[in-house]
Amino acid sequence: MEAVHIIQGTAVPLDRSDVDTDQIIPSDWLKRVERTGFEKGLFSEWKDDPEFILNDEAYSAASILIAGPNFGTGSSREHAVWAIQQAGFQAVISPRFGPIFKNNSTKNGLVPVEVDPEIGNRLLVEVQQQPLLEFVIDVERRLVEVPEINLEVEFPLDKPVQHRLLNGLDDISITLTNEASISTFEEARMAWLPSQK
Amino acid sequence: MGKTLSQKIWDNHLVHSGSGEPDLLYIDLHLVHEVTSPQAFDGLRITDRKVRRPDLTVSTEDHNVPTENIDQPIEDEISLKQIETLRSNAKEFGFTHFPMGHPNQGIVHVIGPELGLTQPGMTVVCGDSHTSTHGAFGALAFGIGTSEVEHVLATQTLPQPLQETMAITITGELPPESSAKDVVLAVLGAVGTGGGIGAIAEFRGPVIEALSMEGRMTVCNMSIEFGAKAGLIAPDEITYEYLKGRTNSPTGDLWENALIEWQKLHSDDDAVFDREIVLNGDDIVPQVTWGTNPGQVIPVRGTIPNPTSFEDIADREAAERALEYMGLQADAPITSVPVDTVFIGSCTNSRIEDLRAAAAVIEGKKVSTGVRTLVVPGSGLVKKQAEDEGLDDIFKSAGFDWREPGCSMCLAMNPDKLSPRERSASTSNRNFEGRQGRGGRTHLVSPRVAAATAIAGHFATPEDL
Repeated sequence: MEAVHIIQGTAVPLDRSDVDTDQIIPSDWLKRVERTGFEKGLFSEWKDDPEFILNDEAYSAASILIAGPNFGTGSSREHAVWAIQQAGFQAVISPRFGPIFKNNSTKNGLVPVEVDPEIGNRLLVEVQQQPLLEFVIDVERRLVEVPEINLEVEFPLDKPVQHRLLNGLDDISITLTNEASISTFEEARMAWLPSQK
Repeated sequence: MGKTLSQKIWDNHLVHSGSGEPDLLYIDLHLVHEVTSPQAFDGLRITDRKVRRPDLTVSTEDHNVPTENIDQPIEDEISLKQIETLRSNAKEFGFTHFPMGHPNQGIVHVIGPELGLTQPGMTVVCGDSHTSTHGAFGALAFGIGTSEVEHVLATQTLPQPLQETMAITITGELPPESSAKDVVLAVLGAVGTGGGIGAIAEFRGPVIEALSMEGRMTVCNMSIEFGAKAGLIAPDEITYEYLKGRTNSPTGDLWENALIEWQKLHSDDDAVFDREIVLNGDDIVPQVTWGTNPGQVIPVRGTIPNPTSFEDIADREAAERALEYMGLQADAPITSVPVDTVFIGSCTNSRIEDLRAAAAVIEGKKVSTGVRTLVVPGSGLVKKQAEDEGLDDIFKSAGFDWREPGCSMCLAMNPDKLSPRERSASTSNRNFEGRQGRGGRTHLVSPRVAAATAIAGHFATPEDL
């Protein structure tokens, strides 16, 4: 995973609540065994509608996705995160995220920015009116800044998650520094627990 | 202060805890399927890592598998490649795999419990959001993404930040016409799709205690639909009775030792939950979803909501969009809506008890003309038991298709799909847009309501037939 400090760019307003991962990447795309090439699958069913916001040329350079509450609910498919990233997005702003999606995001360096519903609504409206509004998302300071509209809000990010994002750290190597504790734990496990030995 | 059930399991699995770090939890069982695992095994190969505990890793093929002609090669080449990839990964990394056609093959959340792999107090993960199903046994079970699948394969642990706890108490007594599915749909109606985000939910109270293990699995299965990290239920005599004699259950002294530990697995009387909700089970009637998320639910005898009745603007707009997608008229009784397809299956409702409940409704009756109907048992073992009980004959005589096990039309990754605008009554867990096939319109119901709907040709409860 690559380290992420500051994301600077424009945003696309996806004004819908409960955008589930089946919409983000429909199940046809889950049959692939590769980790790349998912950008064409992003919202592929909604994209057939020429009016769909991601088809709007005005937003074609956006690197931030703003959505309504409960973004990324449903299926655990990490393909949803891969598709969003591979389509050029580095952060998603929503008042509330599906828990597995949020977790998957941070494992891949996609920044989930949780804001108050009122702020979320305001950002959607502002970006609908001004597609070229510049955002700065600062992972170190946990801040979203939109200087043109004098907006500066904090967003929550667990310290360990922030540390991994800022340093591009891989979870597995961190965990393996606890190898001795894992082995000790394994020796004390209950004898009746199922095992396929 | 006492501990909740989930806190006890958490503490029993703590490998490492440090300030400013997430807890490192040991994972007792890692279930694997073909869809969310290939990129994780690739990751292991790139970093030259092994599967740490192949003996605690069990895999099967469920999402992609066809439910007809399974002795023939899989026609969809991409599906075939994904299945073959899992088979070769199982061989390379040395863990147990149940392929299509094996008696133990089936939906991953059906086979774990029926093989006795899921036991009280365990931690269970799988790259699938419906892993919460296993919480019915008093296990801490949750869905993970592919990065975490790789992490568990390599280390048999997962770093996890502490979660809030939530108690969902169902008081009173469920009316005889209602089932476990109606309970969890009613919970979804009450709390909405975001109501459990950030929490581990414990279901409790007399209605839950009266449910069979199959019913408890149905309830825990849909915990993720209101955003909970996991759902679980304290084990009791019903749990032990279910587990006794299963392939992987302990025997002899080990069984007695296990029982002593299992009996400690309940929330202490003075435990405090971060959130609590209480529903009266007396009021839970058969439910059906009308919209495009599982929180958009009404009684089968209710009317389709009018968007103007929602105070919240986001809810109102979501309702308008949902009615348009679903092709429904506000204020109409939902029993007036005809269906094209009835699907009985999925990790929510494909167990033997679900098939018995549906069969009891349709016995001696015929499917309404023009309605496509399919029953997809959750596993090879469920299919065999149903056939031993003659349920397949009841379904077939009524006009249902009797299929081979798999996820099937729940998520349309195999040939079982809805066409655009085709409407289904489905015992599955998600009514998202396009979930059962592009443009398809899904209504979630219990097996009893699905069966009655197949006979009536429109939404109905067995009591209305």
